[in-house]
Amino acid sequence: MKPQVIDVRGLAYAYPDGRQALYGVDLAVQRAERVALLGPNGAGKTTLVLHLNGILTAGAGSVVISGLSVTRENLPEVRRRVGIVFQDPDDQLFMPTVRADVAFGPRNLGLRGEELDARVRNALSLVGMEGVADRAPHHLSFGQRRKVAVATVLAMEPDVLVLDEPSSNLDPASRRELAQIIRSLRLTTLMVTHDLPYAAELCERSVILSDGVVAADRDTRLLLADDELLAAHRLELPYGFAPPPSDERGQSSSAAHGDASDRRVRHRWSSG
Amino acid sequence: MGAQHGHLLHYHAHSPVHSLPAHLKVLALLAFVVVVVATPGEYYLAFAAYLALVGAAARFASVPWGYLLPRLVIEVPFLVFALLLPFIATGPRIELGPLTVSEPGLFAAWTLLAKGTLGVLAALLLAATTEPASVVGGLHRLRLPTAMVLILSFMVRYVEVVATEMRRMTVARRSRGFAERSVRSWPVLARTAGALFIRSYERGERVHLAMLSRGFDGELSLETEQEAGRAQMAQAASLPLTAAVVLVAALTWGPVFA
Repeated sequence: MKPQVIDVRGLAYAYPDGRQALYGVDLAVQRAERVALLGPNGAGKTTLVLHLNGILTAGAGSVVISGLSVTRENLPEVRRRVGIVFQDPDDQLFMPTVRADVAFGPRNLGLRGEELDARVRNALSLVGMEGVADRAPHHLSFGQRRKVAVATVLAMEPDVLVLDEPSSNLDPASRRELAQIIRSLRLTTLMVTHDLPYAAELCERSVILSDGVVAADRDTRLLLADDELLAAHRLELPYGFAPPPSDERGQSSSAAHGDASDRRVRHRWSSG
Repeated sequence: MGAQHGHLLHYHAHSPVHSLPAHLKVLALLAFVVVVVATPGEYYLAFAAYLALVGAAARFASVPWGYLLPRLVIEVPFLVFALLLPFIATGPRIELGPLTVSEPGLFAAWTLLAKGTLGVLAALLLAATTEPASVVGGLHRLRLPTAMVLILSFMVRYVEVVATEMRRMTVARRSRGFAERSVRSWPVLARTAGALFIRSYERGERVHLAMLSRGFDGELSLETEQEAGRAQMAQAASLPLTAAVVLVAALTWGPVFA
C-alpha cells in the first residue's frame, strides 16, 4: 500500500456561530494521486481544505499529513507540506513583485540567499512564468496570476497541492495550459472544483462532499456517469459533455497517457 | 484588464538617480525638505537657489519638467489655503492692486507656497525615479516599524485592485440608470463606499489566510535592498548638502539674499 499523504478521519467542525459545516469526514489520499473534491456550494469543501493546513482546528476527528498530525506545534511543517492555492489569485499574491511573492513562503521557512533564489527560479519555471519574475502581480493577466499563485506554493516544495477552483475565470487556453502544468507536476493533488470536465480530465478519483459528509468516493468516470448521484448533490455535467466510458481508461502512471486521455476527453466533448 | 498603466508617478528612465538605492533617496529628500523648511521666508534668493537645485537634480535624473509640473496639482488644496491667508490674517494692511490685504498674511502665503512647492517637487522627483515597491523597501531599510512597512506595501499592492473594484461598481450603477448628479445621489454613493470597505476588509481576511497558509508567523523578512557604495552616498547627499550650504550662506550674508 502506498503511503498516505492526506489522512482525514471522522473530521467534524462547527463554526463559532454554531453552524455545523462538517459531520465526520473521512478522506485518504495516497502519494501521487490526483483527487477531485466535488460538491455543491456550501457543502463544506473550503472548510475541509482549511483543516488540511491547520487554519481551522478540528472539533472532532483527526487530520494527518504524511504521518504528521495537524496540531499547533506542527503548524509550520504542516503548512510547508500542504500547499493551498486559493481561488482568487489577488488574495494570494500580495507582494509588490512576483519574485518577492514566490519567495515569501520559502523565506518563512528560513531560506535565504542563493538557495532561496534557486527555489524561486525553479518554482516559476515549473509553471512557465520565469519571464515575469520582476513584474508586479497586478500587471499580469488573470491566467498568468493563477499560474504564479501555483508557483508561490510550489516554492515551498509541498507534499500535496490543494487547488481551490483552479479553472474558475480562466479562458479556454489558460485552462488547458494550467491542466498541462498540473499534470506535469506529478504531485499529490486535491482539486476542489465544480468543473466536472476538468475533474474528468485531471483526476482519476473523485470525492463528493455534500452536507458535510463524503457522499461518494470512486473512479471519476464512474462517478460522472451516475446521473442520479450527481443530481442528488446538485452537480451537473455541462451541456453536450459525455463522460468517457470507464473501460477506456488507462492508468495515469505513464507519461504519454495524460495527453492521450486529454485528447479523448476533448474529442468526446466536441462530438457529444 | 486596464491594469497596464499602474505607474502614475514613476517616470521610466535609466539615470544615475534612478539607480540610487531608495533609502538614500528618501534620506536625501528628508534632509532637503528640512533645510528648505528651516530657511526663513524673507531669503528669497535662497528659495530661487533651491528651485535651481531641484531643477538640476531633475535634469540629472532625465525627468522632464513637463512631467513634474502637471503633477504639482496635488498641491492645490494647500494653494487654496495659502491664497486665503492674505485676506483672513490680521495685522497691518497693504494695497495690492485693487485689493487691501494683510501684510503678515501675504508673507505667510508666500512662505507656504515656496516651501510647499519645493517639498512637493522634490517628493515628485523621488516618486518619478523610484518604483513604489522600492520606496517601501527603502523605508524598511531605514528601520520603519514592520507593521507600517506592511501597511504601505499592501497599499501599493491593492490600491489598484480596490480602484478597479470601484470602477466596476460605478459601471454597474450607471448601467442601471443611476446618475451622480445631485445631493440626492449621496446616500447611494455612501452605500457604495460602505460596500467597498466591507469587500476590502473581507479581502484582507482572505489575504491573511493565504499568508498563514504559506507559513507567515507575524515576522516579515523582506528582500534587503541593494548595498550603497560611497559614490552613491555622495551623489545622494549632494542635493541636501548643497541646499545646506545655500542656507548657511543665506544666514551669513542675510541682506544679500533678502
